[in-house]
Amino acid sequence: MVDKELGDKIPEFGGKEAGGQGVDVTNLSAFTSGTGRRTAGEVFAIIMVAVIIVGGAEAWIRLADIPHYVLPTPSATIVALFTDFRFIGPHLVHTLIELFSGYVIGASIGLILAAVITQFPFAEKIIAPYILMLVTTPMLALVPLLILQFGFGYAPRIIAVALASGPMVMINAATGFRRVDLAKIALARSFGATTFQIFLKIRVPMALPMIIVGLMIGAIFGLLTAVGAEMVGGGFGLGNRLTTFSAQLQMPQFFATILILAILGILIYVFFFLVGKKFASWES
Amino acid sequence: MQAKTAAGPKLVVEGATKYYDTKSGPLHALDNTALQVQDGEFACVVGPSGCGKTTLLWSIAGLHSLTSGSVRLDGDEVTGPHPQIGMVFQEANLLPWRNLRANIEFPFEIRRVPPDRARIDHLLQEVGLGGFDEKFPRELSGGMQQRAAIVRALSFDPSVLLMDEPFGALDAFTRDEMNLLVEKIWLETQKTIVFITHNITEAVFLSDNVYVMSARPGRIAKVFPIPFERPRTLDLLATKEVFDLVNEIKAEIESSPSPAIAPPAELTA
Repeated sequence: MVDKELGDKIPEFGGKEAGGQGVDVTNLSAFTSGTGRRTAGEVFAIIMVAVIIVGGAEAWIRLADIPHYVLPTPSATIVALFTDFRFIGPHLVHTLIELFSGYVIGASIGLILAAVITQFPFAEKIIAPYILMLVTTPMLALVPLLILQFGFGYAPRIIAVALASGPMVMINAATGFRRVDLAKIALARSFGATTFQIFLKIRVPMALPMIIVGLMIGAIFGLLTAVGAEMVGGGFGLGNRLTTFSAQLQMPQFFATILILAILGILIYVFFFLVGKKFASWES
Repeated sequence: MQAKTAAGPKLVVEGATKYYDTKSGPLHALDNTALQVQDGEFACVVGPSGCGKTTLLWSIAGLHSLTSGSVRLDGDEVTGPHPQIGMVFQEANLLPWRNLRANIEFPFEIRRVPPDRARIDHLLQEVGLGGFDEKFPRELSGGMQQRAAIVRALSFDPSVLLMDEPFGALDAFTRDEMNLLVEKIWLETQKTIVFITHNITEAVFLSDNVYVMSARPGRIAKVFPIPFERPRTLDLLATKEVFDLVNEIKAEIESSPSPAIAPPAELTA
């Protein structure tokens, strides 16, 4: 009667982790731990850098008399953001719909696969190289093919987002689930915990910091892929706006769209940073 | 209150033999180990590191299967985790994502029974952790963490407490403090305690009997009864009797043969 959870391992302590041999290319715990609280002086310096860069760009473009269809001034970009938002806003909604649907599908599958696959070391070893291939191949390359199959609607973009974010979530979550702390599992077993209880109350909490990192990277890759897919084909979405505006030399609108994408990316980061702070701060 | 039926020993380990399967072949960790602990006894097991002390304890706790031999508690064979056995691990082993209260209520959560709040509060007061409910393990000192781990193990009132080098990572002063606390708890609760340590002085201070294990493959080589009166004080540690006893036990450990190589043919059992 070998214990089904503890197996027959030699008891080890001292925080030593019996990690697996799967793929482990990402350990970006720095994302959730952050750089700590900033002082007022540091915040001031950060703002000053922005002021100098934006102000410098404004002055340089005006002084050098660069035409606005080559490079618009920051002020023209801001003005375009507000005056022409009605031309951009609906496309933002399209992009968000693609990102959200694709991400929910991809991340769910990635999470479930990570949880299941790490329970079977043999299966994990077999699947690991294929997952690595999915992670490293840019899913954008598949978009023309997807468009051929699914047309110019949401479908190819949602699939591309799911394909880009899913493996990212999976590979990080799997790293988390692989963190086996024999002592903690033994603790739960000593109280008679079932396999499911050990999964829920030991493995999931231990994996959570890495899961959150995976969800963040997956979301950012999803945004990247959504915009890229929109640039490849179809008549809507922020990526499509980028190609259209640049083709029409509407550079203030082009940069306004980029500004929106940058804000979107930062919002994703901040969201997961706060989630990590709330649920994974015990680790730092 | 558990019914104490037979008048026999509380805990009996017989012929306990354990091989681990490792990449470099079978590892003979325990060799035909026998141990009898009476009800209410404080038993310490000492031995060189890597001699199979933890393996023995995990086997008693039902966390490990033996290659051969048996463990019986109150006459019944232990085949898995047992509700009458509480375990205190090395380095406290608190769950870092839970606060103190949630850590101590963890066993109740696993067993799906409401936590015994009155008992837990009483124990927390006794070990001096009253008012620390909301603190997370990282906010507690090593000694406090280990005290919390003891409360967790006692919270569901097991009759046997297994302690695996619980104070090995603590400094000498905290260790003395913890030893006094453990004796006090033992005197009050009358638990049967099996305590593993590589610190002979600690073993002599705490136990009724010191069981010396030989180097791997481990077996109980000798038993030293400790005659000193209870409750014991730290002054006792400065006496000649303790000094001589500690040296005698040390000599016994050092005289044990060096680790043997496991014969793979014996694996079938």
